[in-house]
Amino acid sequence: MSIPAFATLLERLLFSPGRHAKLALLRQWFETQADPDRGVGLAAIAGELSFRTAKPGLFRALIAERTDPVLFAMSYDYVGDLAETIALLWPRDARANAPPPGLAEVVETLELAARGEVPAIIAGWLDTLDAGGRLALIKLVTGGLRVGASARLAKTALAEWSGHPVNDIEEVWHAVPTPYLPLFAWLEGRGPKPDPEGQPVFRPLMLAHPLEEADIANLTPADWAAEWKWDGIRVQLTAGPGGRRLWSRGGENISASFPEIVHAMDFHAVADGELLVLRDGVVAPFSDLQQRLNRKSPTAKMLAEYPAAVRLYDLLFEAGEDLRPLPFDTRRARLEAWHASAAPALMDLSELIAFDSFETLESLRAGARAASMEGLMLKRRDSAYEAGRMRGKWWKWKRGTQNVDAVLMYAQRGHGKRSSFYSDYTFGLWRDDGELVPVGKAYSGFTDAELLFLDKWVREHTTKRFGPVREVERGLVLEVEFDAAQRSSRHKSGVAMRFPRIARIRRDKPAEEADRLETLLAMIPGR
Amino acid sequence: MPPHPQTWLRVTPAGLFCEPGGFYIDPGRAVDRAIITHGHSDHARPGHTAVLATAETLAVMRARMGAGSGETQQALGYGETLDLKGVSVTLRPAGHVLGSAQVVMEWRGARAVVSGDYKRRHDPTCPPFEPVSCDVFVTEATFALPVFTHPPALEEARKLLDSVALFPERTHVIGAYSLGKAQRMIAILRALGWEAPIWLHGGLIPLCALYQEFGVELGELLPATVANKASLVGAIVIGPPSAVADKWARRLNEPVLCMASGWMRLRQRAKQGGVELPMVISDHADWPELLATADDVQAPEIWITHGREDALIHALGLRGIKGRALHLVGLGEDEE
Repeated sequence: MSIPAFATLLERLLFSPGRHAKLALLRQWFETQADPDRGVGLAAIAGELSFRTAKPGLFRALIAERTDPVLFAMSYDYVGDLAETIALLWPRDARANAPPPGLAEVVETLELAARGEVPAIIAGWLDTLDAGGRLALIKLVTGGLRVGASARLAKTALAEWSGHPVNDIEEVWHAVPTPYLPLFAWLEGRGPKPDPEGQPVFRPLMLAHPLEEADIANLTPADWAAEWKWDGIRVQLTAGPGGRRLWSRGGENISASFPEIVHAMDFHAVADGELLVLRDGVVAPFSDLQQRLNRKSPTAKMLAEYPAAVRLYDLLFEAGEDLRPLPFDTRRARLEAWHASAAPALMDLSELIAFDSFETLESLRAGARAASMEGLMLKRRDSAYEAGRMRGKWWKWKRGTQNVDAVLMYAQRGHGKRSSFYSDYTFGLWRDDGELVPVGKAYSGFTDAELLFLDKWVREHTTKRFGPVREVERGLVLEVEFDAAQRSSRHKSGVAMRFPRIARIRRDKPAEEADRLETLLAMIPGR
Repeated sequence: MPPHPQTWLRVTPAGLFCEPGGFYIDPGRAVDRAIITHGHSDHARPGHTAVLATAETLAVMRARMGAGSGETQQALGYGETLDLKGVSVTLRPAGHVLGSAQVVMEWRGARAVVSGDYKRRHDPTCPPFEPVSCDVFVTEATFALPVFTHPPALEEARKLLDSVALFPERTHVIGAYSLGKAQRMIAILRALGWEAPIWLHGGLIPLCALYQEFGVELGELLPATVANKASLVGAIVIGPPSAVADKWARRLNEPVLCMASGWMRLRQRAKQGGVELPMVISDHADWPELLATADDVQAPEIWITHGREDALIHALGLRGIKGRALHLVGLGEDEE
């Protein structure tokens, strides 16, 4: 029965907007499903299953043998999604009274089957399933469930379900092959904690708290090391006899996207750093890095145009020795010594900034206008490397934000708790020719009371409706706060904001006095 | 040779008109004489002079439009026959909602059947569709694509009860049309053993009361007012689709938005509507039912009032049945 149960899980995950609901659904899956099927389902959700033999073309051929071509064309045209069309159209075979397959059975059978046998095997399974089950099977074997559940979410659900910290699960995760039998045995108290020794596993990261002005008075400069906070993505580099991996902040293996970095990881260590696009030692804007992040296998041209590098700032393991319990200063010294001797290509060190008072530091921070610097990092010199966000150990001290006064243009209904509210706002700025052009979208920053006001305002000033979206009169000014402006070819305005949010509703300001597009364009660094 | 129905049953701007009988069926504007198949607002319009329908449909029309429900009303029971200027008219159950009827017309030996909207599935709130063999069968085609095969309604509704068990602190609110779907949904939940009170949006209360007056068992129903907010935790609430996803639902505790509709078969439809728990429960015939009905009524010619006629005409053609699209304006506006 596990494919039908899995189909129900996928359907509910897809339609449940809330994180709590998704976690509850996953916990229920771990609780009610038996090994090895529950582990196969977990692997599918975590994106760790792949089949070589079952491609979308196979399903297209199977359905063509079973349906009238005119009706298929009309149906596909109407539904829009090939997998869903096939799942819905598949004629149920009344003679098929075999039970539906289990998840593990599907995986094992497809691994062992000769390529020529696969279509008949899959057709036989489809005959035993209902529409939901057929869709789940097609998605499972062609990859890409797309139900809005990440590997991290699945691990969090495992933690909630078992009572073990999520970081402990993260540490052993990559050491246990699918369908994770030793992992479940450990989580259920039936076996020992799996040992990741020698394997290139992800070690959960130490994270920083935002520094508030009020915190500064309590800090003594001598206790703290300062570094620039670079605007790239946090990565962990793991290399040794067991293999090499480049991990994202959330433990996703992004090695394939950055082959040149992996190639340079000719060492036996685990290091922490910032992945950047670096040209002649100068950090490129985040949007350049985004070009690379979107590509699973970059072309030679991409590698040349957007050269990646890593700016290292911590060393977690050296040749198998766990450095994490050591204080920051000691780790830093080990990092510098190791970097000098290993001399890995494409990797430099994040410089420490000397300072004697927070006033000096604050003026440095205010002076840093380069797009590549988000602000400063403060790390307590005696702090061990601990997974998670430990208060008082690491601080991030972001550069001041920027803002514009924009005009509300469209509003869209939110999800979950906000599904009855118009809570997603698209806003625009005036162009010189008097046209209002959209520059961004925000769905946070406002208070509950402000949300009530905005929702009511949208309903009372709607001029057009497009499904869940309403166009409104150009009559409400919103002060939009954001971290940085960057060039964008995807927006009509030519500019995009990083992390925009609604700072204030400017009911006092007439729409025609909102900012010009030129004001925002001028905020793009290096323009 | 009996006269072909196309010579005496015509499409006019007001709707389908039986010329010798002098009456319209489900006319889209006010007329002198109308036969109404069922009470949905795209079939039962206000302002007719004389209205003929089942007693249940007449009651629905009175509840919905009061004085607009016809100057004179005449009730005709299922299986009873009436002569209207030489045209013999009989109403047969259509299985769509309470009171829904097919209109069977015979004139000079020719027989045409107008189904109105119909389904072939079991529905505890109305008698099942009765196929009548005929020369021309007039069908709907709301779900006339082979992707629409409705799953068993009880299995769909069981998903709701599973969800209530998984999220006992949340309120499950179902969007369901106020005539037919809401009452069927309640009856299905009762059949699955849900004995607790079911809470209603104010807009559903009159028609639920009317169903109960006609002897349909719906169990204990209570109004889902703001005052009852505390009682709604863990409860099942039903409201019209337009209300449950809007401001009205703010009185509910972390609502799980559920929708009972044939359109929920398409994931994009459910996603667009922000539905968290879609249930594919329809009061319209699905694709296999449309084709099975074509076989059952043995009509050599099938006319299609509204819906996706291209696919159905193609499929009927493969069976040697002549299909014809009537393109009736205004029907389908109140669907699902």
